[in-house]
Amino acid sequence: MARSAVSITRKAASLAMSSALALPLMAMVAPGARAVGMPQLDFANPLVTGQVIWGGVIFLVLYLLLSRSALPKVEKVLATRRLTIENDLDIAHRAKAHADTAVNDLHQARRSAMAEAQANVEKVVEDARLAALRQTQEMNARLAEDIRQAEARVAAARAQALGSLRQIADETAQVLVHQVSGISVPGDVLAGRVNDAATAHGF
Amino acid sequence: MAAGSTIDALGQFELHPMLGGLGQSLHFSQSPVMMIVASILVLAFLYVGMRPAAVVPGRLQAAAEICYDFIYNMAVDTIGPEGRAFFPFVFTLFFFILAGNYLGLLPFSFAFTSHVAVTLALALLVFVLSVIVSLKAQGAKFFAHFMPAGAPVALAPLLVPIEILSFLSRPVSLSIRLFANMVAGHVMLEMFAAFTIMLAGLGLVGDVLAVGPVVINIALMALELLVGALQAYVFAILTCIYLREAVAH
Repeated sequence: MARSAVSITRKAASLAMSSALALPLMAMVAPGARAVGMPQLDFANPLVTGQVIWGGVIFLVLYLLLSRSALPKVEKVLATRRLTIENDLDIAHRAKAHADTAVNDLHQARRSAMAEAQANVEKVVEDARLAALRQTQEMNARLAEDIRQAEARVAAARAQALGSLRQIADETAQVLVHQVSGISVPGDVLAGRVNDAATAHGF
Repeated sequence: MAAGSTIDALGQFELHPMLGGLGQSLHFSQSPVMMIVASILVLAFLYVGMRPAAVVPGRLQAAAEICYDFIYNMAVDTIGPEGRAFFPFVFTLFFFILAGNYLGLLPFSFAFTSHVAVTLALALLVFVLSVIVSLKAQGAKFFAHFMPAGAPVALAPLLVPIEILSFLSRPVSLSIRLFANMVAGHVMLEMFAAFTIMLAGLGLVGDVLAVGPVVINIALMALELLVGALQAYVFAILTCIYLREAVAH
């Protein structure tokens, strides 16, 4: 950039110089024009050399004021801005880090809550399953007990019924004998005969 | 100034004593007056611009900061880390010349950069500074640069004088460049302005033709605005380049 600027300046300078060189020509062509020496080269004039001294003093004062006061002022403002921006960025970064942590915590909490809820659901389901199983077993046991008792009652009733059957057979045999033959057979004889007959038939 | 059919293009560069007899005895001409005005403008620009000292700057503050950054970057990028020490000097140089160039474009004003004595003084200041910095930073090795590295020793009698001449021509080229640019610009402005006045004296046709030089002068003013900034930049960047060579080795 500097190089191109320099080349542009050189071109501009050469243009200007050629124009300046053309000036005497133009002055000659122009009617009544007069060419005088360059006042800048009149070093006998104390004003020409005097401006160097004045220029030196003014330049020095300007340099001192700029370097000691004006430029540090600008630098201070720029530094303050840099610091402010850095601080603000720091705060923003910290806030972002906090927010990220909070989001992570939230996700973590959500995950653990979900896991806990899942575990609770599984536990409830398992409990329910176990309770149902236990209930079923209890019911089965109760039913088995009821069946067992019922069977016992049936067996007792059957035994009782079978015990009464002999008496009915004895009485039926006595009535039949009496009505057929008109003979009254003593009870114990008849019972002995009925017993024999039952034994013979496998009762 | 142009008077009638006479063109005095160089009269604008004449110095006149200011403040009467006191100015005459102190050799105080309009040139130092414009230097003081330029300095005050530069200082006022920074002081007034930076007065708010706001984190979010206004226009003037932003302009002052841009100028600061521009010269700071130029100094540090060109010279290197040591450029920070020379930054105030480069800043002063750039804005002193820039303000001088631009002030000279105002009517009834004077461009102190159109005087070779001033530009040569500035160039010599830069030259002497770069020599002092070179001697301080490099010591006696500074003189080794007058013999290009890798060149045959047999060519030394030819090369060394050329290098020395090249080195010594720096302040000359630095000062003549600025001086010639400013003089040429102001002479051209004066010439075309004089053409306008001369043509205007030729009656109706001349009145019409006189518009031409005015248009050219408008274009020249734009060119001078560019040249004024560019010359200040060239002076500052060359100063930076010379200082980089001084501290680089």
